[in-house]
Amino acid sequence: MSNRSGRDPLGLRRAMSDRLLQALIAAMALLACLGFAAARGVDALGERWRLGAEAAVTIQVPDPTRTRIALALGVLATLPEVADANPVDPERLAELLRPWLGEQPNLTLPGVIEVQLRNLDADVALIGDRVAEAVPGAVTEAHGLWVGRLAALAAAVQGVAYAALLLVGLIAVAVVAVATRAALAARQESVAVLHQLGATDREIAGRFARRAMVLAVCGGVVGVVVAVPAFFLLARLAQPFGAEVTAESLAGLPWGSLPWRDIATVPLIAGAIGWVTAQSVVRVWLARMP
Amino acid sequence: MEPSGAVVRFDEVGFSYPAPGGGHGPEILRGMSLALDDGSFTWLVGPSGAGKTSALRLMHAALRPTRGEVAVLGVTIGTAARRALPVLRRKIGVVHQDLRLLPHLSTFDNVALPLRLARRSEARVAQEVTEMLTWIGLEHRASARPEELSGGEQQRAAIARAVVSRPALLLADEPTGNVDAAQARRLLALFAEMNRLGTTIVIATHSEDLVGRFPAPMMRLERGRILGHGA
Repeated sequence: MSNRSGRDPLGLRRAMSDRLLQALIAAMALLACLGFAAARGVDALGERWRLGAEAAVTIQVPDPTRTRIALALGVLATLPEVADANPVDPERLAELLRPWLGEQPNLTLPGVIEVQLRNLDADVALIGDRVAEAVPGAVTEAHGLWVGRLAALAAAVQGVAYAALLLVGLIAVAVVAVATRAALAARQESVAVLHQLGATDREIAGRFARRAMVLAVCGGVVGVVVAVPAFFLLARLAQPFGAEVTAESLAGLPWGSLPWRDIATVPLIAGAIGWVTAQSVVRVWLARMP
Repeated sequence: MEPSGAVVRFDEVGFSYPAPGGGHGPEILRGMSLALDDGSFTWLVGPSGAGKTSALRLMHAALRPTRGEVAVLGVTIGTAARRALPVLRRKIGVVHQDLRLLPHLSTFDNVALPLRLARRSEARVAQEVTEMLTWIGLEHRASARPEELSGGEQQRAAIARAVVSRPALLLADEPTGNVDAAQARRLLALFAEMNRLGTTIVIATHSEDLVGRFPAPMMRLERGRILGHGA
């Protein structure tokens, strides 16, 4: 006699299509996962550029005799702003320049000292002056300008990623709203009957909201599950820019650097969007009834 | 609030439906005044278009009057907060002319709707719905959906849904229109029994024959006005 329909007096299991809404929410969830990963990836890249390059200063020492190099290192060792200073091996330097200069055995290259700053706000000009006083002709070069540009680029890309996430959220709201309105249209008479029998707006809207939430959470989970192979595929596409990635080295992918906490919230956010949107749509519709 | 002991009171009530172009259309009810005492049984008679259905819908708080005052079970419909109306509606049973059974629910679940809205336990729902279906002779059709029922069975199911929660006020619009004479007598007996137990009953019909089978106070409507009271 009484069956499952007793717990679903509006027949929303049929009126609110599970396949289409779930598939659309899954697609939105996949895009959200990719957006979170992109935002996190760009953030990490920007941070690496900032730490790796902004903290680095190079000092060129013309006529790089052992004495002059040692003198420059000695001055740097006395400066509190300097965390570390190491001369670049002349052979490595020649190797780095070979693509541009070719084989030039008679060309005297300047000595290069790589300096890691302890404090990113350190006055690089002052460091350069102190070294130049001790070692005439030494030139200090900081990388602040291009690092600043790279950081601005990273911030812009990150902003685009967050804007895309916002857009995905808005589209998800629109999708749930359209599905809810379609279900309302299909169950108009049933809603009116429940209303006349004394069901409150909260009870009626709650039925739609629970259905939308369940579908959205399921769609969100599907999106997250699909995102995992998508991450692997993207990592393979990015192979030329990083470490080698093969199917055998799946475990070697930078899984730990992915924003798992953000990704785990995607189904929950989808569920919240489904619940709030359905509640709003149904309550606005019910407000027209006496 | 209701000023006297009347379960339903209309004071100079006018009602018109919204016009398609905005504003109000012609008045369906015009200066209607009445008072129905607690535990009364009233026939509301009149030709089609007299305003019987609109009057019942006002009593059910499905409409608000465009002028005058309607008070039902102590709630003034015109000025009551919207959130107060569901509580009122749960105390009223309604049999619509077009029945309005939910097509995707079984007969059992249709009849159980008011009890489930009132959050009765499933055990109690099962007991009370089964008793009601037995009373109206539909116990063997409990699993059938409305489309699988005959017109008379649908009408009986709609009546069962209206009375299963033992409402304080029962409003019925042509409740025996689709049933045979024997079933009509049986349903009238059900209404009479409910009335004996204290339910205030208003039945709208254009059938003088039906009214003749159960002598009770009668209110005659024509063109939105009460033309007379009688028994």
